Amino acid sequence: MANPSAVCNGHLHHHHQKQNNLLKSGIYKKNGIAKGMKKNGVSNGTLYKKTFIEHFEQAPMYVAVLTFVGFGVGTILGYLRDFLRAWGLEKRHLAAEREEQKDFVPLYQDFENFYTRNLYMRIRDNWNRPICSVPGPQFDLMERVTDDYNWTFRFTGRTIKNVINMGSYNYLGFAETDVNALKTVTIELQKYGTGICSTRQEMGTLDKHVELETLVANFLGVEDAMVFGMGFATNSMNIPALVGKGCLILSDELNHTSLILGARLSGATIRIFKHNNMQSLEKLLRDAIIYGQPRNRRAWRKIIILVEGIYSMEGSIVRLPELVSLKKKYKAYLYLDEAHSIGAVGATGRGVVEYFGMSPDDVDVLMGTFTKSFGAAGGYIAGKKDLVDFLRTHSHSAVYATSMCPPVAEQIIRAMKCLMGLDGTTQGLQRVRQLAKNTRYFRRRLHEMGFIIYGNDDSPVVPLLLYMPGKIGAFARLMLERNIGVVVVGFPATPITESRARFCVSAAHTREMLDTVLNALDELGDFLHLKYSRYSKSSHPELYEETRFELED
Amino acid sequence: MDMKSLKSYLYWLYCQFELITCSYLMEPWEKVLFHSFNVAMLLAVLYSAYVFVPGHVSTALQFLLHLFGKQQDNQHVPVVK
Repeated sequence: MANPSAVCNGHLHHHHQKQNNLLKSGIYKKNGIAKGMKKNGVSNGTLYKKTFIEHFEQAPMYVAVLTFVGFGVGTILGYLRDFLRAWGLEKRHLAAEREEQKDFVPLYQDFENFYTRNLYMRIRDNWNRPICSVPGPQFDLMERVTDDYNWTFRFTGRTIKNVINMGSYNYLGFAETDVNALKTVTIELQKYGTGICSTRQEMGTLDKHVELETLVANFLGVEDAMVFGMGFATNSMNIPALVGKGCLILSDELNHTSLILGARLSGATIRIFKHNNMQSLEKLLRDAIIYGQPRNRRAWRKIIILVEGIYSMEGSIVRLPELVSLKKKYKAYLYLDEAHSIGAVGATGRGVVEYFGMSPDDVDVLMGTFTKSFGAAGGYIAGKKDLVDFLRTHSHSAVYATSMCPPVAEQIIRAMKCLMGLDGTTQGLQRVRQLAKNTRYFRRRLHEMGFIIYGNDDSPVVPLLLYMPGKIGAFARLMLERNIGVVVVGFPATPITESRARFCVSAAHTREMLDTVLNALDELGDFLHLKYSRYSKSSHPELYEETRFELED
Repeated sequence: MDMKSLKSYLYWLYCQFELITCSYLMEPWEKVLFHSFNVAMLLAVLYSAYVFVPGHVSTALQFLLHLFGKQQDNQHVPVVK
């Protein structure tokens, strides 16, 4: 080994590498979830071409205890308030039946809304904030105040200007109002108007749709694609067309509601595997193939695996190489929902398939939305031509839903052309690179400050854990006072003890904006005591590394 | 100077208490209720400590001395001989 007191530059470089390796193996051991690479070789064979580092650090035990204390106090107070409301000592704000209907079957199930009534209402002013400008890197908010503790709001008429936007899914910054950028969109708007007034199968297929579909297929490297007007409906209306009774759906624990709704509507059997856990999935696959359908023990007609590219609440990236090898071994189909990952990861923005260096032929159904990275609305399904032709005739969305409107289609076309470089500039590639840089910088700084951040190091979705219910409201309000808009998420969308603030880094954010946000987070982290991480890395490497001594003889 | 930093530290501690027990989210009358309940509980605990702890501690010490004393007696007899 080199003498530590060697040439200055060589020392620092050698030291950095060693420290990185130690830290990587430290995180690998302590978090208990297999990730990263072992020192003597690659742990997953040659499936992963680059390191896959995910963090799901657990907070110290006292945090969980205090979270439950907070929820306990809230629950007791909730019971008290419900008691007061039931006995008429306090005004009832929620819907209630009329006097004449008291003996009927209850229309409003009172107890199920306990959480909404008593905990959500207290911090409700942090959600549904109306904005009055384009949701770019900065936006304007309408100021609202409440006189009766969030039951009703009124607008003061003032707008809060230039609030830094850390909540919009504007990964590549295509949500912009620059006139030059939107030139083609305005032309199409004047040519086609906004309404289609028909479905795809009747008279709603325009040349714009055909152009868009060929472009999407080109972009993803597949044979054909089909676009739909709404991203949520793409999932919920097309999964029932692909699977039915007698099929098996293996769905990830933390899948989005659209996937769950589509799976339930299809009538197939649904089994759930642990989040991103390939051993759990393999066990389910083996059981499915060995035991077959539950009652008549016949083989399943079809086995389909539903996963997402980037999970929006965790920021984790799917383990695609292992998934594809599993699917090939057990002959199952793979449905990949790239809502958050298309445009956001990958060297040229083509999603997780490119991020892992795999071919799009490995995934059977590639689905994605245009809402996140393309600044438009709608979704697509892409894959082999047979699949897409089948969906054109059998999908509910194609038969019954209005097709995408032409200006929106043109926005997607221009954004995709920009990404692919077909407009003659390198702006698209610059945006992708800027996003990757911003993501890495933001995550690195947050780790250094000592916050607990979930997810993969390369995902632009950054959840920062808050844990306690009182801190959810305080965090969002204090950030707004500092002119930064964040999205906080609490119980029904996340596990009860793991409420979080979710940041979405954008390519349109400049370094100054990110620094403003990071400084505000630093202050707030100290004030609210949010820096729970036990593994924070310092940005300044120590000058001496004392773990290895070489005795010179 | 020191008083100011002490006061701000105490204020920060109070804020932490508010955040952890969700009293940050309560309406003023709820806060009054919650704090008075807490203070009442705390006073009750302190009062019962003040009344009972000396008695318990002296009983415990007596018991221990008695135990220790008995051992000492047993030990001394062979040594003195």
